[in-house]
Amino acid sequence: MNTEMSGMILMYALTVVLAIPLGRYIGKVYNNDKTWLDRIFNPVDKIFYRLSGIDPLKEMNWKQHLVALLTINLFWFLLCMFVLMNMSWLPLNPDKNPSMTADLAFNTAISFISNTNLQHYSGETGMSYFGQLTVMLFQFISAGCGMAIAATVFFAMREKTTEKLGNFYFLFVRSCTRILFPAALIVAFFLLFNGTPMTFAGKDTITTLQGDTVQVSRGPAAAFVPIKHLGTNGGGFFGSNSAHPFENPNYFTNIVEMVTQMLIPIAMIFALGYILKRRKLALMILGVMTVGFMLLLVPTVVGEIHGNPAIAKMGIGQTMGNMEGKEVRIGSAASAYWSIATTVISTGSVNAMHDSFMPLGGMNQMLGMMVNCFYGGVGVGFLNFFVFIILAVFISGLMVGRTPEFLGKKIEAREMKIAMIIALLHPLLILTGTAISSYLYAHHPGTYTGWLSNPGYHGFSEMLYEFSSSSANNGSEFSGLNGNTPFWNIADGVVMLLSRYLPIIGPVAIAGSLAAKKYVPESAGTLKTDTATFGLMVFAVIAIVAALSFFPALALGPIAEYFSLY
Amino acid sequence: MKKNIIPAIRLTLVCFVFFSGIYTLVVLGAAQFTANKGKGDVVVSNGKTYFANLGQKFTNDKYFYSRPSAVDYNAAAAGASNKGPSNPEYLKTVQTRIDTFLVHNPGIKKEAIPSDLVTSSGSGLDPDISVPAARVQVKRIAAIRGIGGGNLEQLILSNTEKPLLGLFGTEKINVLKLNIALDNLK
Repeated sequence: MNTEMSGMILMYALTVVLAIPLGRYIGKVYNNDKTWLDRIFNPVDKIFYRLSGIDPLKEMNWKQHLVALLTINLFWFLLCMFVLMNMSWLPLNPDKNPSMTADLAFNTAISFISNTNLQHYSGETGMSYFGQLTVMLFQFISAGCGMAIAATVFFAMREKTTEKLGNFYFLFVRSCTRILFPAALIVAFFLLFNGTPMTFAGKDTITTLQGDTVQVSRGPAAAFVPIKHLGTNGGGFFGSNSAHPFENPNYFTNIVEMVTQMLIPIAMIFALGYILKRRKLALMILGVMTVGFMLLLVPTVVGEIHGNPAIAKMGIGQTMGNMEGKEVRIGSAASAYWSIATTVISTGSVNAMHDSFMPLGGMNQMLGMMVNCFYGGVGVGFLNFFVFIILAVFISGLMVGRTPEFLGKKIEAREMKIAMIIALLHPLLILTGTAISSYLYAHHPGTYTGWLSNPGYHGFSEMLYEFSSSSANNGSEFSGLNGNTPFWNIADGVVMLLSRYLPIIGPVAIAGSLAAKKYVPESAGTLKTDTATFGLMVFAVIAIVAALSFFPALALGPIAEYFSLY
Repeated sequence: MKKNIIPAIRLTLVCFVFFSGIYTLVVLGAAQFTANKGKGDVVVSNGKTYFANLGQKFTNDKYFYSRPSAVDYNAAAAGASNKGPSNPEYLKTVQTRIDTFLVHNPGIKKEAIPSDLVTSSGSGLDPDISVPAARVQVKRIAAIRGIGGGNLEQLILSNTEKPLLGLFGTEKINVLKLNIALDNLK
């Protein structure tokens, strides 16, 4: 068990140690400063721009950024729908897997363009290799899109008074080619040499030692798995995601995959410090995020390593902890660590089944998604945090009787309205969705019984988790919920759509409008936003707005289950 | 909006070629340098080939059991039980597994059964069991195969995979490799 503890410490330490230089590098990439990869990627990017007919130096204002982003995302949606609904006749389909139904394709397409990667299908039976490569494209570009728009907000925060915030396509292409692509290659090599398959051959048939005949699904997984983590996407190549021995063959690959998924979200904060030349502000943000992460992490790990009290009553040993839905090579501690990491950042890949976690562990996973800004997904995690900063500036400004200012810009009614709408959108989507599905489930017992595979409080948690995951663009599931039904495909799809694009539009609009305002130099009367005190204030706002709105719902699910078990 | 449409379509297609095509081919090329050319790690024994890190079903009493699987070790449709910790039906299943284990392993005390032997894994294809999970089966296998318990303990010891660098992660045993070694024990 001690080696399991040291494994967790190693994972966190490695993440931070690597994120510092990567953050500097990301800052340079967006600033267009010189880096040592320029020699390779300057020509590559040039080909991208020339073939697409784009002038990467044309400056855009915040509205033009959003129009460019939304237009390209719309095309991605159409392309993804087309491929998913026509896989059966498209090439690279050795296992003869079928095309998706319209509702499933709708859900999956939105899921991948919105960086959610909720999956109501299993890769083994529901995707051709062509389909897999297509959704892999979206794992790259949806992540690049989130990073590009975060960079736009960084620029807006840096500039004194301007409308011009760089070029969307420039930031997008650079995110994909100079950050995600080289990192994905490195991770792919680690996976390849640890046993992750990379082949276009179809299923293999083997006879086991005991004499059973089994079919074995394979595929180009070693290319797919790195980007699912780097881009905080989380869509698995196989149905059981990184619990599958092919996607995550041993403890070493588990460390690699864990570190890579948390790397860019943390590095983005360091990049912010680099671009704004405000290291203390970056540290304040990182501090708040880390405290939040640890508060969710520790109780979850403790719960898992102590195992299930109901099984302890049966009189057997649980030295490995709660092992239902977990793999021996990973162990309960690293599974618990992963489960919180994957939910606070918006990856949503899993290496253990969240449905079978202890109730408080499941609750903390949900809280991670409900808050959705402790590190958060690549790029968008910071945008969510930005909204909370704005709220905290306003509230603390009122409390101490100072004009609310952030980085020399006055925050006024317009920004506050947008910030409040975005902050409340998330609870609205999650709670309304859960309320509707619970109503249907309770009032039409015959029709919808197939939805849930657990009774009582835990069944309610499955629905609450599903909407939290959709709205946080996370993509993990309490997989006992049978998601591939028209209701869930469409409801989740709509929620993912709204919760991806509105929380991008809102913060960009705030940042853009702040950037255009007159710069007020800092004076003795300015509220300092890079201090621990202000960090505490942000944390309090997050706790009040995000966490407390969900408390009643959590009380009906995981908290009630906790008291029934212990 | 209008003047963004054509660049958006063209940029997407360029990305498609680069990230789905070129990137994939580079990784595929690198895969040709791995042991089995990217088709998965395999072990060969007595002329038969098995996937090294894919668990197999072992329910026969003469072999070390592997963990229970929600999908019966179907490697074309991996999956888990997804049962919650308080689900009565699930707890009944675990109790049945314990009872069945005790019937097949006379003389073993309940406390000696580790939980990984009676709970199903995340993928349903877990290749490993814990060391106590192997030890608790020694008595049964020794009796059936007529091999001394000491030899089996030795076999378990030599097949135990230590934590990474001896410092990080779990200690475990690959059931397939253990059972191949068991078959070769003469």
